[in-house]
Amino acid sequence: MNHVVIIGNGISGISTARHIRKKSEARITVISSESEHFFSRTALMYIYMGHMKYEHTKPYEDWFWKKNRIDLVYNHVESVDFESKTLKMALGNALHYDTLVIATGSVPNKFEWPGQNLQGVQGLYSKQDLELMEQNSKNLKQAVVVGGGLIGIEMAEMLHSRNIHVTFLVRENSFWNSVLPAEESEMINKHIQSQHIDLRLGEELAEIVDDGSGKVAGIITKTGEKIDCGFVGLTVGVSPNIAFLKNTALDIDHGILINERQETNLPDVYAVGDCAQHRIPPTGRKAIEQIWYTGKLQGENCANNICGKQSSYQPGVFYNSAKFFDIEYQTYGNVAVPEPTGIASVFWQHNSGLQSIRVAYEIESRAVIGFNLLGIRYRHEVCEQWIRKRIPIEKVLKNLKKANFDPEFHKKYEHEVAQIFTAQIGTNKV
Amino acid sequence: MKIIKLIGLVLFMACLTSFVGVLFVGQYQFDYSKLSENPTEAEEYFYQNLLRLGTHAKDKFRMVDDIQSSIAAANRAINNKYAINENLQNKVDSAALSLMDAPFTTSFYEDLPLSKVQLQKLREYTTWMAGKKYSAEDLQNYLKQAINNFNSGIINTFGLDSYKAKELTTNTLKQSVTGLVARHPSLLFTLIFVFGAATALLYILPNLVLLGGPGIKNNGIFHNPMTSRKWLGILTGSLLITFYIILYWFPYYLVEWILITEPFAHWLSGGTSSQWFVYGLLYTLAVGVMGVRMLIKYRHSNYHLIRTLSVIFFQLAFAFIIPQLLAKNSLPAIDLKNMWPLDYSFFFDYRIDQMIEAGTIGYFMLGWGIVLFVVAVPVFTYLYGKRWYCSWVCGCGGLAETFGDPYRQLSDKSLRAWKIERWSIHLVLVFAVGMTALVLYSYFSGNATVLGLNSYTVRGWYGFLIGSVFAGVVGTGFYPLMGNRMWCRFGCPLAAYMGIIQRFKSRFRITTNGGQCISCGNCSTYCEQGIDVRSYAQKGENIVRASCVGCGVCAAVCPRGVLKLENGPEAGRIHGPIEISEKGIQVF
Ligand SMILES: Cc1cc2nc3c(=O)[nH]c(=O)nc-3n(C[C@H](O)[C@H](O)[C@H](O)COP(=O)(O)OP(=O)(O)OC[C@H]3O[C@@H](n4cnc5c(N)ncnc54)[C@H](O)[C@@H]3O)c2cc1C
Ligand code: SF4
Repeated sequence: MNHVVIIGNGISGISTARHIRKKSEARITVISSESEHFFSRTALMYIYMGHMKYEHTKPYEDWFWKKNRIDLVYNHVESVDFESKTLKMALGNALHYDTLVIATGSVPNKFEWPGQNLQGVQGLYSKQDLELMEQNSKNLKQAVVVGGGLIGIEMAEMLHSRNIHVTFLVRENSFWNSVLPAEESEMINKHIQSQHIDLRLGEELAEIVDDGSGKVAGIITKTGEKIDCGFVGLTVGVSPNIAFLKNTALDIDHGILINERQETNLPDVYAVGDCAQHRIPPTGRKAIEQIWYTGKLQGENCANNICGKQSSYQPGVFYNSAKFFDIEYQTYGNVAVPEPTGIASVFWQHNSGLQSIRVAYEIESRAVIGFNLLGIRYRHEVCEQWIRKRIPIEKVLKNLKKANFDPEFHKKYEHEVAQIFTAQIGTNKV
Repeated sequence: MKIIKLIGLVLFMACLTSFVGVLFVGQYQFDYSKLSENPTEAEEYFYQNLLRLGTHAKDKFRMVDDIQSSIAAANRAINNKYAINENLQNKVDSAALSLMDAPFTTSFYEDLPLSKVQLQKLREYTTWMAGKKYSAEDLQNYLKQAINNFNSGIINTFGLDSYKAKELTTNTLKQSVTGLVARHPSLLFTLIFVFGAATALLYILPNLVLLGGPGIKNNGIFHNPMTSRKWLGILTGSLLITFYIILYWFPYYLVEWILITEPFAHWLSGGTSSQWFVYGLLYTLAVGVMGVRMLIKYRHSNYHLIRTLSVIFFQLAFAFIIPQLLAKNSLPAIDLKNMWPLDYSFFFDYRIDQMIEAGTIGYFMLGWGIVLFVVAVPVFTYLYGKRWYCSWVCGCGGLAETFGDPYRQLSDKSLRAWKIERWSIHLVLVFAVGMTALVLYSYFSGNATVLGLNSYTVRGWYGFLIGSVFAGVVGTGFYPLMGNRMWCRFGCPLAAYMGIIQRFKSRFRITTNGGQCISCGNCSTYCEQGIDVRSYAQKGENIVRASCVGCGVCAAVCPRGVLKLENGPEAGRIHGPIEISEKGIQVF
């Protein structure tokens, strides 16, 4: 019987395992050194903030694995011998595989900052990181978070929930402005500040200062300012977790190189999720996608191919979501920054500064290509269809209410979006 | 703001302590002159006994002891007076022997030294035997049965059965209270109830500022010993359970509360207070005050604002005030939004009679009660799901969604719990329907026993097991231990009935927003009904579940905007997992 071994019990590895089980009777082993059972990494912040306990973040009950004959191994893979198809484990005997799926996820980036290994300095990726953060933030009054991305703002919110004062260093001149257009980015800047977070835009970390006992005492920014703190969160992106695969026959760039069938250069070896890098990314997609649902889709795709059903990775129209303190964010399609020539967008903003709608379209063909929503929910299915079918902006705006997914009785603003569009047309801005 | 909150807390705790404290400080002195003018024979025995035990001031437990021993003594006296004793029994036996081969007639008793009542009852019990021939042994047995029947009914008919005893204990104790509570009930009412509600609000209102801007603020819920099933929650649960046990089975320990609320009850309805009035008042205050907390917590969500105002309104108007006004006008004091089978006594003989006696309005009430569950339930549940009742109107739901909201995360999400739920809630429905059928059969046929089941016994058990233990003690007492919808999820027969409609014939569903779910688990955690919402959301499936009460909290806590409660066409309401690809989102 084919023995499929999966390294990594994150969403990608687990999706692979589940879909193989749906389609075949293969023996399945999933290895992880992080946790015994699959849990949702995206929920780490909620454990710290007391919204949930660790148990709540497990999407399947513990009996699920045995019932579905998915063997879980709580152990660390130190290296892989692709010749003999064996895994060297940290504890116990080597493990033989017939088919290997690498789903090892990411590790937080570090940039050789002086003092980055001091006690009280850490990233946030794993369950262990969270436990460390729990320890590091005991009796803490003052913290600095470095890096204006999605994990950075989550970390700021986490610390803030414990009444810890946070200074938030963001290299860019406006929060996440490589993804968010200026208006949305500015709304988030304001919102962060309204939470009494000390937001420092255009500031970078220069070094982390020792208090003399190996613990962090503060940081110094590139502009020379010293900020006292007992904790430094480093959230400057993540990279594929593949150090243990270097110098093997496996083809590696930033991540493990794969084709559209999740196949690596080696036979019977596949890679999925955060650790994988597409040789030829699907249109409109990055080569490495560190997103929850893409791990899920790749896992299913991988399972298909392992089970002999040829399929290729087709993530379809891009979408994603996040939450910045109280403001939810959803995006569908492509809202590029800066707005490319030939593209225009209608933008509406509520005067509270907490809600906005943006619809991007091609000026020439009128086809709608993307949606950005802050504080308002839109229907995935509807937006996706409009974008995929290239429905003209005029028609989309007429039907925009159909896309609204806000709870019942919430106020709807779609007519205002249409009014703004009409006004823009009137002034020939588009 | 934090200081205001703290002051609110301290003052509220002071009110709560006084509230419990008043139960323990009084002295009790039996005063014969305050008693009802026309005591029954048993009551007369009772008073004589109590007098004999002395009219000096006593503490509560002593007083209750004396009252109960006097009740027992009264019942003994009644029994001595009415029972057919062994001596008489022997005489009946020998008379049966001497009847020889003659057919039995009810004139059989004439030569026996039976009292009038005994004679009449025994005749009644044995008319069906008249004209038949029996062997001496059979006849003796039948007569013995009739005598046993008579003897065991004596306390019910002439004495103080458990219901009367409870009432008599409460009333006697109430009349015996001396001291502060007796002298200044209105003052204490203001200090405890009015001030208590106000200080609770003082504790809650600062949340407007302290919680930060509008939005989901569940920070620290699992760090708080009150809301994470730790010591404070366990303590609160124990107190609530104790409260319910006392309320249902030992209400006489609560006489001070009854006394304190008497002036208010009188002002409201012209009547007197009772433990049920106190309970209704506490319930309404809990829904109101904790409703304000709910309004603040969910102020970003109009769905929750409107829904919370709705449950506060229905509790205040329909459950509390209207019944009082009805009583004031000598009409049946019913809660017009409560319905069978949740209101399990709706078809009990005394309630039907009460409504019939009330004339046109009574007939309307009877019709209304029937229309509610025959027409309104199917129609509204088809259109909106069971939420129209469970989280917008119902009193149990109202308490769960306000007072119970802090505990919603404690519900059990396991598959095992779901299995138990399906068995238990449907069994209760079967029990409720069966019990009501028996009761109605008895009502129309005049026959208490059907298929060997005594409808009074069955309804007594239903009232005890389901009405009191399940709905009260477990349903509310377990809030801090197992979540705020224990009753609604595992026990409510009305919820079971609506659930069947919601599952199979309704426009309601919770829509999942394509592939946006990140499996974080907030939705499942905060589902008070223990539905594993995430297990559907992460597959892109709509959630169509019998137990969903449409509280809307899953949709509110979801950080990715994945869930939406909505009513829509039945077609495509239930579907399998979605698949996302170049071809778009496909549903299976
Ligand atoms: C705090 C945080 C919040 C996030 N929020 C979002 C969000 O809101 N939306 C979104 O789309 N994405 C989010 N992400 C990103 C998302 O979680 C990741 O893209 C996703 O978890 C990657 O899944 P994976 O299965 O590829 O890898 P992982 O989840 O990283 O799983 C890999 C597993 O393999 C184990 N492993 C690695 N090497 C070995 C070895 N040698 N031996 C044994 N075990 C090993 C690791 O310990 C880990 O358990 C977030 C990430 C973080 C850290
Ligand atoms: S709360 Fe939302 S994102 Fe989280 S598991 Fe539930 S549906 Fe998914």
